[in-house]
Amino acid sequence: MSRIHIKGGRLIDPANDIDAITDLWIADGKVQAIGHAPDGFSADETINAEQLIVCPGLIDLSARIREPGQAHKATIASETAAAASAGITTLVCPPDTQPVIDSAAIVELIHLKARQANLSRLHMLGALTCNLDGELISQMLSLKNAGVVGMSNANKPVPNSLILRRAFEYACTHDLTVFIRPDDDGLSNTGCVHEGALASRLGLPGIPEAAETVAVARHLELIEQTGVKAHFSQLSTARAANMIARARHDGLKVTADVAVHHLYLTDIDIRDYNSACHLIPPLRSERDRDGLRDAVKRGVIDAICSDHQPHEPDAKQAPFPDTEPGLSGLDTLLPLVKRLADEKLLSLSEAIDRVTRSPANILGLEQGHLSVGAIADICILDPDMNWVVNSDNLNSAGHNTPFIGWEMHGRATRTLVNGQLIFSSDHD
Amino acid sequence: MSKVETQAQPTQPVTLRPGNIQLDPQGKLRHFLAIEGLPKAVLTKILDTAESFTNSEEKKFELLKGHTIANLFFEPSTRTRTTFELAAKRLSADVLNINISASSSSKGETLLDMLRNLEAMHIDMFVVRHGSSGAAHFIANHVPPHVSVLNAGDGSHEHPTQAMLDMFTIRQHKPDFPSLRVAIVGDLMHSRVARSQIHALNTLGVGELRVIAPQTLLPVGIEKMGVQVYQHLDEGIKDVDVIIMLRLQRERMHGAFIPSEHEYFKLYGMTEKRLALAKPDVIVMHPGPINRGVEMDSAVADGSHSVILQQVSNGIAVRMAAMAMAMRNPDGSSAS
Repeated sequence: MSRIHIKGGRLIDPANDIDAITDLWIADGKVQAIGHAPDGFSADETINAEQLIVCPGLIDLSARIREPGQAHKATIASETAAAASAGITTLVCPPDTQPVIDSAAIVELIHLKARQANLSRLHMLGALTCNLDGELISQMLSLKNAGVVGMSNANKPVPNSLILRRAFEYACTHDLTVFIRPDDDGLSNTGCVHEGALASRLGLPGIPEAAETVAVARHLELIEQTGVKAHFSQLSTARAANMIARARHDGLKVTADVAVHHLYLTDIDIRDYNSACHLIPPLRSERDRDGLRDAVKRGVIDAICSDHQPHEPDAKQAPFPDTEPGLSGLDTLLPLVKRLADEKLLSLSEAIDRVTRSPANILGLEQGHLSVGAIADICILDPDMNWVVNSDNLNSAGHNTPFIGWEMHGRATRTLVNGQLIFSSDHD
Repeated sequence: MSKVETQAQPTQPVTLRPGNIQLDPQGKLRHFLAIEGLPKAVLTKILDTAESFTNSEEKKFELLKGHTIANLFFEPSTRTRTTFELAAKRLSADVLNINISASSSSKGETLLDMLRNLEAMHIDMFVVRHGSSGAAHFIANHVPPHVSVLNAGDGSHEHPTQAMLDMFTIRQHKPDFPSLRVAIVGDLMHSRVARSQIHALNTLGVGELRVIAPQTLLPVGIEKMGVQVYQHLDEGIKDVDVIIMLRLQRERMHGAFIPSEHEYFKLYGMTEKRLALAKPDVIVMHPGPINRGVEMDSAVADGSHSVILQQVSNGIAVRMAAMAMAMRNPDGSSAS
């Protein structure tokens, strides 16, 4: 293992409330010292981080890596490489791979492939119910032993409340956090966009706000009753965020995240059937976007994720309702989160917290901070690097992003996982 | 923070800009995808051109001789397809009818591949009907500059030629749009015809536009489209000059949106007695085919106020007008 000296960077470590120009010394995969070199430390490599920001590596709570099952869209190798190039050191993959992550064998297969790629870390959520069918609770103990970091039924709601209750209870038994993407299947129906004036004009079936809020209410009740550790994923409505805030105020320990694009885009961006904006949960109103921003600011929404869903070009080449939902988000997560600080919604430290310490806490991972002795998963970014998003500078296999043409400020230049350099930009 | 090309935080009201793609740089009709986004002048020109065809002694015109039009129907249709076919033939165009079952076209690449193949056969115009909203826009975005696209109905979005033939029919009877009170009755939720009619009537400056339906059949936010919303027929048709009845799809009748045909007819069915609430010279329209005894009584459908069959014959002239106006030369310039 190489011994690295990161020199002269602006260290931002929200967990330790540090924002200072200082040096880091890394060896044996861990942070050995901050500020003053350890006695006798001789670096194999010195990284000059002057004018750059050094922070914990990003932890993305929701990223589809498409493997196994849809390798024509993306692979574990392609997406962990894209993550590495974007400063993301940990990815969490929902269980809706093909086959579904509902057995230890699939967990081991994915772990094996991720080890072979040897780039960013890949964690998984196990299926809450077998094959995500919502009928039989999954083998949570063996999934946990295989290494899943939580349970989820991905985008498939569990319609039967009794089964949901038992799944929560069983997750409790094994001290597993349940990740919930709140959706009422019946209300969402065949919808593909936010229900509202725009959907009505475009003649597109809408997904009402209530599809999310009804599901949040139902899940909150069962969370309270069962005492399960629960996290709400990818909230899209301001009302749902307010419901979480109220529940927390009443003493319920739940957490929540938002996909970063919901803090920037609204249904208006769909305009003339822009299939890059075909997303589930859908882009909603300006009121929702502003409400979600406010919830992030107030800390009601703890974490920000990419909700990365890479697609091959054909998946988006069809009339809008016939295209596949989802955007490719790894490449833009860091600059879009930083932009929240540029726009003064959050301080830079708070923005970094939402993608480092906070998701680490939700997952119960040791990463997310850079204390002495911490695992050296590190992102070094150039905050002044301006770049315009286009197909040529996306590293994910999926180029399906509505942010094509946006000017971004900031990009990762070096990424370390476990104290090893896994990405080094050729831009500097 | 500067943004390039894409707006991050749109502040404009909910309006679409299909006009960008529907008009050429000279402001002439390039594709006919939707009424929304087209200026009044273009709509009026369609009506005037259609009128010139109906007024003519001739039945056949040489305007589109040497041009090939493909009717690309991804949804079954007899009447609409027939009138488009007839319109093309009366303009001396060559016509190709292609009916594609939904199953063979569920993938976008198939649709694009199919377009490429047809383009290779030197098709000049596609008339497209598709079950997915936005399909005509999608196709228009993928054809070369000399090919134009006419929307013959896309999902629940728009059916612009149907709306224009309705405008044509209204204008024949009541040419002063600003003095008119119009009511559209029925399944507005799923109706592409209604959306096109609403945009057309508002663009032509109709005096008052009402929509009448139970809440289950009203799209959310329809009040933002420039209409007065009524949920009860008797109230809504009071003193109107024009009543447009919409077709209720059979699969929507049972349980899902309304409890039964019987109850629907009781509340929203047009009868002679109800018609008396409207202006004495009211005209009654329906895009067809009619569900007699569900949307209206036969006495109304076949009665003196009904202009339903005129709508059908006007459909040909209006489609001829749209075809003639949108047709392109090989260099992409307007052929009209």
